[in-house]
Amino acid sequence: MSTSTTTSTTGQRGRSAARPAGRTPASSLDVDALIDDPKTRIVVCCGSGGVGKTTTAAAIGLRAAERGRKVVVLTIDPARRLAQSMGLTELDNTPRIVKGVSGPGELQAMMLDMKRTFDEVVLAHTDPERAKAIMENPFYQSLSAGFAGTQEYMAMEKLGQLRAADRWDLIVVDTPPSRSALDFLDAPNRLGSFLDGKLIRMLTAPAKVGGRSAMKFLNVGVGLLTGTLGKIFGAQLLTDIQTFVGAMDSMFGGFRERADRTYQLLKAPGTAFLVVAAPERDALREAAYFVDRLAADTMPLAGLVLNRVHSTGAPQLTAERAQAAAEALEENGSQNGSTAGSPSGTQGDASNASPTAPPNASPNASVAASVAAETLAAGLLRLHAERMQIMDRERRTRDRFVSVYPDVPIVEVGALAGDVHDLEGLREIGERLGGRR
Amino acid sequence: MASTPGPPDQHDPDWEGVRLHVVTGKGGTGKTSVAAALALALAADGGRTLLIEVEGRQGIAELFGIAALPYEERKVATVSRAQLGLPGGSRATGEIFALAIDTEQALLEYLDMFYKLGRAGKALQKVGFVDFATTIAPGVRDVLLTGKACEAARRKGPDGRRAYDAIVMDAPPTGRITRFLNVNSEVAGLARFGPIHGQAQAVMRVLKSPETAVHLVTVLEEMPVQETVDGVADLSEAGLPVGGVLVNMVRPPLLDAAALAAVDGDHREEVAVALGAVGLGGRSRTAATVRAAVEPLLDPLLDQAREHAERVELERAQRIDLQQLRLPTYELPLLGEGVDLAGLYRLAGELKQQGAA
Repeated sequence: MSTSTTTSTTGQRGRSAARPAGRTPASSLDVDALIDDPKTRIVVCCGSGGVGKTTTAAAIGLRAAERGRKVVVLTIDPARRLAQSMGLTELDNTPRIVKGVSGPGELQAMMLDMKRTFDEVVLAHTDPERAKAIMENPFYQSLSAGFAGTQEYMAMEKLGQLRAADRWDLIVVDTPPSRSALDFLDAPNRLGSFLDGKLIRMLTAPAKVGGRSAMKFLNVGVGLLTGTLGKIFGAQLLTDIQTFVGAMDSMFGGFRERADRTYQLLKAPGTAFLVVAAPERDALREAAYFVDRLAADTMPLAGLVLNRVHSTGAPQLTAERAQAAAEALEENGSQNGSTAGSPSGTQGDASNASPTAPPNASPNASVAASVAAETLAAGLLRLHAERMQIMDRERRTRDRFVSVYPDVPIVEVGALAGDVHDLEGLREIGERLGGRR
Repeated sequence: MASTPGPPDQHDPDWEGVRLHVVTGKGGTGKTSVAAALALALAADGGRTLLIEVEGRQGIAELFGIAALPYEERKVATVSRAQLGLPGGSRATGEIFALAIDTEQALLEYLDMFYKLGRAGKALQKVGFVDFATTIAPGVRDVLLTGKACEAARRKGPDGRRAYDAIVMDAPPTGRITRFLNVNSEVAGLARFGPIHGQAQAVMRVLKSPETAVHLVTVLEEMPVQETVDGVADLSEAGLPVGGVLVNMVRPPLLDAAALAAVDGDHREEVAVALGAVGLGGRSRTAATVRAAVEPLLDPLLDQAREHAERVELERAQRIDLQQLRLPTYELPLLGEGVDLAGLYRLAGELKQQGAA
């Protein structure tokens, strides 16, 4: 596991010392204050794919639990090992207690099962017989199996359910990795306008007695339209759709109400959105889109989590100096390789250092070691130069974001060498999120 | 590297005969850039390629530094072998067209093409059918997107020749790709006869034919590699033609194997001496002060090297996992400043040289 080695680097210096200069956002994001506040009931993590969104949600959940909250984490499509790190082995749509959480709180986690969630909604709103008819409808089966869009609806539906159950005092939600980023925000409205729409009345009209009156407002004859739809879908599919819509008719009101309630829940005090990104151009461009979109819907943005930020313990050594020193060392190295002499330049240092060589080393071995040490030192310096360049690039990328969004609080989370496989890894990320390292 | 390495132009491209290249990849792996580079590479010998974007993000426009693309096939670049740094060959100039598919317009076009709806089409729009179909109805979006790509792949000009030599689709991410491509099977099952059924079946025939290849973009990290492995399994199971693996953002190793091994040993003092020797301890004359001055550098530098060693080891493990897929594999370098137009041509050159195009 990678956390141990990176811990030592990150642990040795203050963040400010390691990332000098650059624009500073109005404030840094205080994740601990957010999750410690009992008024915070829902944290929604959103962001483009591949920025560590699910990991961030899980780490925040764990940290909140270990700081005393009763937490449930809703993940959408976690990587297998991340799911395993929380003891999630099956996708059963039920929150399970995560073992190994220390401290006073409690952590439960679950993976979203779209189809089951959809089934639950149907069951909740209709009698068993009708529910059965709906679930057997091929159109429904295909819809609930999760085409683009269903995941977004169902994630929000599940959030509503978890909130209504009122068994947890904090719900952390991961969002689907759709490029159509905030689709879930549109879901309730879209569903609403569809359900209020003319199409649905038209589809249900032929199946209903008294449907004629519903069609009066249309400029076009019902015959023409249903005829057209039949032409497009084929008569059999149109019948399936009409049966489906007819069977769902009784529960549309409920659907709509639920969607509205979830939307309001997202806007309510107690909800906080975290936009997750990495310090790369594309990811931050997406993040900017999220920030704008949340603002447009007056959704409460808590701040930006910037994952995978690089840092160094030796910021005083610039890339240029490190590069130059590495070149000098390599020159020395190639000379020494032929003459087997001691390093040129500071003779005194070399002789001074030789006693520290392993006592059992033969003279030849120690010569070889000094050559190897120069090669090694040169390599270290090149690595450092690369690190400084990466940091510089990340800082510029971040600064561009900050100059457009100076009011968005930011927390930076150091890069890990590998992926998270266990609770310890999540805890480590949690500590970085909390700014305790 | 290509599975069959050889000097450029000494071997045929690996995907001879493939007309539709579907490029997928986990978010954050640079899928769009790789798709664009592949489109350039495929046109380098004087062809015409169409680069299709399906997720409404205008990533292509962003890459080529042009204004947002309308729903219309537009020429976005030209390419020649010389521009890709490749020797010899023809002097022909290839053309790259791009299309950002707008699902609403694609639906109207589709309805018009197949049903000649006229007034009824307008009526459908009025009652919200278009909204319904493109946002809520299951799979319609995906049907339209895959349908459009297949249409372009099969389209012929007035002279009877293919309109494009190759189509490159910047497709949805790996986690969704099989369902996305397979949507027409599902639709064909839903609409058991009728025009939709026929259209869905026709699209599936193209997608499952040897004229299509689904390439997977990854980086050498655990999650993306795992998704790639899973994605290949899903695609194969669905009977979809798996293409190659494109390993993106590969970083050159900065420490050689010996140095990596040495990081683990205790070479603190020797490194301190070496750093002092090139003046990193300042101008001080005494060994002790030089030693003291380099001290704060030692732990950070060694820690960074340990992280690097760990990453190299991790990347090695990922490469082994990818090799076990036994697919043609190509490696593209990490471009420090992100991918700009110049970077795109560089990646295209790499792809061409490695035989991907």
